[in-house]
Amino acid sequence: MGLTKEEIARYSRQLILPEVGVGGQERLRRASVALIGAGGLGSPAALYLAGSGVGTLGLIDSDEVAASDLHRQLLHATASLGRAKTESGAERLRALNPAVKVRTHRTRLTAENAPELLAGYQLVLDGSDNFPTRYAVNDACVLGGIPLVHGGVVQFRGQVLTVLPRRSACLRCVFPEPPEPGAIPSCREAGVLGPEAGVIGSLMAHEALKLMLGFGTPLADRLLVFDGAASSFRTVPVRRDPACAVCGDHSTIVSLPPASAGGSCVQHSQREW
Amino acid sequence: MAVTVRIPTPLQRLTNGQGEVACDGTTVAGILEDLERKHPGVRERICDEQGKLRRFVNVFVNEEDIRFLQGDQTSVKDGDEVSIIPAIAGG
Repeated sequence: MGLTKEEIARYSRQLILPEVGVGGQERLRRASVALIGAGGLGSPAALYLAGSGVGTLGLIDSDEVAASDLHRQLLHATASLGRAKTESGAERLRALNPAVKVRTHRTRLTAENAPELLAGYQLVLDGSDNFPTRYAVNDACVLGGIPLVHGGVVQFRGQVLTVLPRRSACLRCVFPEPPEPGAIPSCREAGVLGPEAGVIGSLMAHEALKLMLGFGTPLADRLLVFDGAASSFRTVPVRRDPACAVCGDHSTIVSLPPASAGGSCVQHSQREW
Repeated sequence: MAVTVRIPTPLQRLTNGQGEVACDGTTVAGILEDLERKHPGVRERICDEQGKLRRFVNVFVNEEDIRFLQGDQTSVKDGDEVSIIPAIAGG
């Protein structure tokens, strides 16, 4: 199909990279990526993916824009206070790149709705702000065979992990169970600096582009840990746990919602880049 | 020399803001005991009442996950680095 003159002009700085080129740009245009959370991590991630020409972005968020968001959630603005983050975010992304199709899902992702919400997407970026959602996203992506880029940030620490379902470590392989409420603070409780979220959210978008374009080494089986106070990065090796509850050899989580709550099976299908 | 324990940010308020603490011990369990002696209150954030590692915390000895080694009985020696890495949900 080729690129239009406008696309060539808009994406010229990435087109000239051998890792991108016309073929890569067309792959981005065909891609559909879901972002869980249009906040601190979702903001830079969505902006960079929209700017790069990803064809379809799905924003999943149930919150409205609050004043306390604006120090780091650059997708939004003072004028959007009180608006749904999905709407505010979609407007900003379309202004940046009108060619990107933005689907808004103004809802809180749960174990119950995750499989259906994520079914139309080829890649998921988890920038949510709570553990139940994160584990639901992880489980849905593993069960649905959807690659997942997980990122988290609080105070001066950030982490990124890329999950290639059933091939590399998933969130439960690394952290088998979520903490009880209050054990690990949220950004509201412990605070965070804006650029911390920028660093991690940008890294998440970068991972997504690497996966979609098929270059470099993803953060699969490697947990990236960022110490903002020291401005240091390190990666620690992690691995698929044969005893993992969702992707292990004898997994107990085989459908969502979990069997104890009742629910239907999810068709397992592997989506490959 | 001793063993360097890297403290995650959420726990640094219990270690006087230190991101690294030098501890003595021959196993991870011993190191955590020494860490608790030096900075009371840290261990209960990492281990449960039975002394088992909480399932949202990972401990690495020189970048090896102790769950794939000998757990808290994993031996450590002078100069080793023990990293405590908890899950993060913030976004």
